[in-house]
Amino acid sequence: MSGILTRNCVATVIIQQLFNGLALGMAYALIAVGYSLVFGILRLINFSHGAVYAFSAHIALLFVGLNFGIIPAIILSIVLTGILGVLIDKTALEPLRMNNSIPMASLITTIGMSNIIQNLLMIFFNTERKSFPAFFDFGMIKFGSVQVNSTQVVMFVVSLILLVFLTLIINKTKLGLAMRATEQNSKAASLMGINTNFVISATFFLGGASAAIAGVLISGYYQIVYPGMGFMVGLKAFAAAVLGGIGVLYGSVVGGLVVGVSESYAATFMGSSYRDSVAFIILILVLIIRPTGLFGKKDIKKV
Amino acid sequence: MLKISNLNTFYGHIHALKGISMEIKKGEVVSLIGSNGAGKSSTLGSIAGLVRTQSGNVTFMDKDITNMSPHNIVKLGISLSPEGREVFPALTVQENLRLGAYTKKDKVKMSESFTRVYDLFPRLKERIKQTAGTLSGGEQQMLAIGRALMSEPQLLMLDEPSLGLAPNLVLMIFELIESINKQGTTILLIEQNANMALSVSHRAYVLETGNISMTGNAKELANDPRVKKAYLGIG
Ligand SMILES: Nc1ncnc2c1ncn2[C@@H]1O[C@H](COP(=O)(O)OP(=O)(O)OP(=O)(O)O)[C@@H](O)[C@H]1O
Ligand SMILES: [Mg+2]
Repeated sequence: MSGILTRNCVATVIIQQLFNGLALGMAYALIAVGYSLVFGILRLINFSHGAVYAFSAHIALLFVGLNFGIIPAIILSIVLTGILGVLIDKTALEPLRMNNSIPMASLITTIGMSNIIQNLLMIFFNTERKSFPAFFDFGMIKFGSVQVNSTQVVMFVVSLILLVFLTLIINKTKLGLAMRATEQNSKAASLMGINTNFVISATFFLGGASAAIAGVLISGYYQIVYPGMGFMVGLKAFAAAVLGGIGVLYGSVVGGLVVGVSESYAATFMGSSYRDSVAFIILILVLIIRPTGLFGKKDIKKV
Repeated sequence: MLKISNLNTFYGHIHALKGISMEIKKGEVVSLIGSNGAGKSSTLGSIAGLVRTQSGNVTFMDKDITNMSPHNIVKLGISLSPEGREVFPALTVQENLRLGAYTKKDKVKMSESFTRVYDLFPRLKERIKQTAGTLSGGEQQMLAIGRALMSEPQLLMLDEPSLGLAPNLVLMIFELIESINKQGTTILLIEQNANMALSVSHRAYVLETGNISMTGNAKELANDPRVKKAYLGIG
């Protein structure tokens, strides 16, 4: 009798943690596509992306505090974070590209940018943890005998919709075509009349905006915001992008889900001290077997 | 239509173009001949805005386009089919051509351009959905030329369009050059096959290590003993 009961309990926990992991994973995927998009077009790992994510949460919180209402605050956060992405490229990375400097210089610059953004957040918002409104908590939803937290469903569905939307932009629009052309051969793209610097800006904007959506979702989920919040999440999303095959969009989604679910199970069954390391253990194992990640292509030669 | 005066281009310390001047009039086919490394591609790159120039200038239809960005130069009506094809390997034939017409807003004009290119290269039409990277070398060359035509340029620059093509296709490319020119497009051509190039050109310039060593009427150049010896393999 009690055996059945515990088995039921375990099954419930497994299912609940699965939903928790899928919801988090989708949000990670939204951040991961930012790494992936920028990597695709510049062959650069943008280490400022985690700080950009933290920025978005603080901006949303700022406007909520100014009584803008949650939806306008989110929209402002998305736009301003997108613009921050563009500014990072315009002020720091584009000048390096123009001077044909070595790739390492850009990489170090993104790390520097990450520190600058994080420190500015500390200066303007101070370092303490601030609470963020649980703006999409509609209680529990029942699927048959399984109860699911509505925040998880919202997070999953909103992220999924945005990922589909991003995919459509990239595969069906003129801008998307220009992005794919620039990614494959930026010199030839410029000969087609494509302003490649504009395309790169658009890429940074989309990456920043996606991170902002993830930022408000995850902040609304954990209800906590602080300047250093982007560090671990940024690393995990980066792991997700590499896991799926950086530069491949659906790879980021699968990578995000793997990271999210494994984190969720690790925290439950191995203790919360494992929650942050499991993603990287999986990443290392996958890279040993498939160096290009799960769906990675052999690197297209960058001309 | 196009005027280059005293153009100097460097790659680091390599002085690739040493103050060259040339001119192309509307309706002409002009070819640029010279041995490997003479600076032919650098000349086209400097016109198209791919390569920065140190001094001198390029004017196109009385507009100074020196060191303008490539994407703005395309908008003015100059199109380059670059050396080595440079098609987008993971995009389809149709997407590659669509990109060629990137600067065109008019949907009707664009579909006319598609029709024109597919008429010129029926082979491409059969492969609309195939990715460019899986085309044969010759087909990629057709795609590169077709793509350059999609913007309906006033000035079409072709950098070794017949490279790697079978002899019958080479003939076809040269016939194509003549017919595109008859339809009103001015052409600046680079060809290893100087003989063929001179036969379709009105005029030509001979480049030697960054300097223009000879210029003149294509027929006269083809009969010049120095040209014959150095570039036509005769004499
Ligand atoms: N990106 C570059 N960096 C350094 N040097 C270059 C670069 N591009 C060209 N050069 C040099 O400039 C000179 C002219 O090159 P260019 O490509 O214009 O020659 P070309 O006449 O087109 O030759 P080919 O017939 O072999 O195509 C060469 O000496 C070449 O080595
Ligand atoms: Mg050349």
